[in-house]
Amino acid sequence: MLSVSGVHTFYGNIEALRGVDVEVAEREIVTLIGANGAGKSTLLMTICGNPRATTGTITLNGEDITQRPTFEIVRMGVAQSPEGRRIFPRMTVEENLRMGAVTADPQYYDEDRARVFDLFPRLKERVEQRGGTLSGGEQQMLAIARALMSRPRLLLLDEPSLGLAPMVVKQIFEVIREINESQKMTVFLVEQNAFHALRLAHRGYVMVNGQITLTGSGDELLANPEVRAAYLEGGH
Amino acid sequence: MGDTTARTPAANPGVDWAALAKESVLTALVVLGLSVYMIGLKAEDVTGGLAIITRYDSVAIVTVLAFLLRAALVLVRSGVYLPVILVCGALAVAMTGLLGAWWATGEEMSAYLPFGDPVVNGLLDLMLIALAVRAALRLRASLHGPAKAMTQEEKEAKAARFVKNFSMFAGPALLAFALIYPFLPFVDRFYLDVAVLVMTYVMLGWGLNIVVGLAGLLDLGYVAFYAVGAYSYALLATNFDLGFWVCLPFAGVMAASFGLLLGFPVLRLRGDYLAIVTLGFGEIIRVILLNWYQFTNGPDGISGIPKPTFFGLPLVRRAADGGETFHQFFNMQYSTTDRIVFLYYVILILAMVTNLFTMRIRKLPIGRAWEALREDEIACRSLGINPTNTKLTAFAIGAMFAGFAGSFFATRQGFISPESFTFIESAVILAVVVLGGMGSQIGVVVAAVILIGLPEIFRDLQQYRMLAFGGAMVLIMLWRPAGLLAFREPTIRLWKGGGKPEPGNEKAAAEAGP
Repeated sequence: MLSVSGVHTFYGNIEALRGVDVEVAEREIVTLIGANGAGKSTLLMTICGNPRATTGTITLNGEDITQRPTFEIVRMGVAQSPEGRRIFPRMTVEENLRMGAVTADPQYYDEDRARVFDLFPRLKERVEQRGGTLSGGEQQMLAIARALMSRPRLLLLDEPSLGLAPMVVKQIFEVIREINESQKMTVFLVEQNAFHALRLAHRGYVMVNGQITLTGSGDELLANPEVRAAYLEGGH
Repeated sequence: MGDTTARTPAANPGVDWAALAKESVLTALVVLGLSVYMIGLKAEDVTGGLAIITRYDSVAIVTVLAFLLRAALVLVRSGVYLPVILVCGALAVAMTGLLGAWWATGEEMSAYLPFGDPVVNGLLDLMLIALAVRAALRLRASLHGPAKAMTQEEKEAKAARFVKNFSMFAGPALLAFALIYPFLPFVDRFYLDVAVLVMTYVMLGWGLNIVVGLAGLLDLGYVAFYAVGAYSYALLATNFDLGFWVCLPFAGVMAASFGLLLGFPVLRLRGDYLAIVTLGFGEIIRVILLNWYQFTNGPDGISGIPKPTFFGLPLVRRAADGGETFHQFFNMQYSTTDRIVFLYYVILILAMVTNLFTMRIRKLPIGRAWEALREDEIACRSLGINPTNTKLTAFAIGAMFAGFAGSFFATRQGFISPESFTFIESAVILAVVVLGGMGSQIGVVVAAVILIGLPEIFRDLQQYRMLAFGGAMVLIMLWRPAGLLAFREPTIRLWKGGGKPEPGNEKAAAEAGP
């Protein structure tokens, strides 16, 4: 579905991505793990066209989207829950969901809204509350729900576990699995929480300094001694 | 005294006289330094040129007053209330009495007052009253025990509730008042003129509110679109004999296309940089109007701009070519104020159109996209919103309403020149929006009345008018730093009859949820 090949991305003179190749197939959950500053978020944002890849190509269902503007990429069925959640703090939960649905056909709005409320009952309770007054976990739920409102086929999640309590992280990952299984959503998940991410994902990539160093199924990577030493020991 | 001080936990047990003296002397020194030049020396016209006269007696008075007032302030702070109330109160009563007598009888009372000018004395009087009131409030608080400290959230919730209730009732009430305003007994021609002026700024404020309040694009050159609208109408009317109502939409379209013209180059800019470019744009338009003599008649301006008609009926004493006039058609006595009343209703309708449009568009996807763009541009892009189009529409629509207001201005004045479209106009319109509370419709009205209406009505204050203007601005920003009526109303409500939950009681709402 999504194919990234030989992508280099620069921030000024700094080469953040040094030739990245990633494949995400239909209905898969693929995770990208790595340390701080490895370039994980950069890859996710490059897929969305901001910043642009300097060289290399990104294709979505065979169509080259490397030079497309972000809003067009989103309209092609890619939804992103950006890093730091970026919900609209002064808008209510309902309004945030409406914002997520701007690219979708309005006739599905009620249906989609009911579906995300099934996934996140907490949001239903908070529907008239302002985004900024939600707890961190609720904000993350809102960010994912908002992304789902555009009826995407590919969901990009940037560190949904960031700064959340272990219980909430578990809940959120449970929902991601559910979205993938019941709604047949393809998910590309960027995470620092390697243990949870790899257990959830069908396949995983490990990124170090802007390059993919390891790849394999989730269980393989979980068992890999290098991965264990770098990302799993001493935690969880 | 010891009793009251002991009960205020925050106050010091006693008065630290050394600190008091130090602070008061410092204040007095600062005042002395400032006032030596500003008050002590005055240039005055004498035969044969200017002469500098010295007023060191006034400097001495000001310095001593600064010392005493500061000392009183420090005393209040350290828990000495009663003496301050008594002394300041007595002085204030005495001064008010003297000033009242001065004003009522016209008899010079300056012999008993520190200054020769009644306004300066009045200011001092106000300071004394403020001090006494402050001390009295503190005293009351100390007697009733420490007031329950409200948390920031509670304060905000309270303010939000107030603003919401106020907006809900004030809107219809103000509209009703505006509708009957020309027929109120005290309204004469002057008050009508002021009202037309205020309404023009209300409309401009509402237009700019789209750009600044909703879309969050700081525009310092808004007056450029106002000018484009005014010149569009003036040139069309004087060159092609077109009427106001025909030109009105055209002026809006012209201004909107200038909005797009400005929008394109500034798309990438945000915040300060955007403000600088829009400021430049406003000046460019003015300079073009000033220098393109063949087209705009330059600094001489355009005169003889026709007045609007009521469905083809002119509001004049006698129609030019034997046609029928408004008062003949309706069998009324001709009155010169009819025309002003008509203009008043024209601007009222134009302003209401602007208001309704804004309220409606806020609930549509494009309006919500503007607000979302103001809050987080990156999030917007990741949701598939095209920021380019969204910003451009905000600029264009905001400019369109300025264009409407501009052609109204041209038709009202009958004469326009580039002088009417200086930067200060942009600044005033922006001040109306910011002081009203960004994005608040009713706030714009309140701010326009305060900023435009009051200075007009208090023209008698002469040179102190702008001082009061500046003072009002500072006070508003101190009391309501986000604007008079800053509160963002959600665009969607799930509960009928106005929203239930605001911070504070959303739990109840969640239980009663749908």
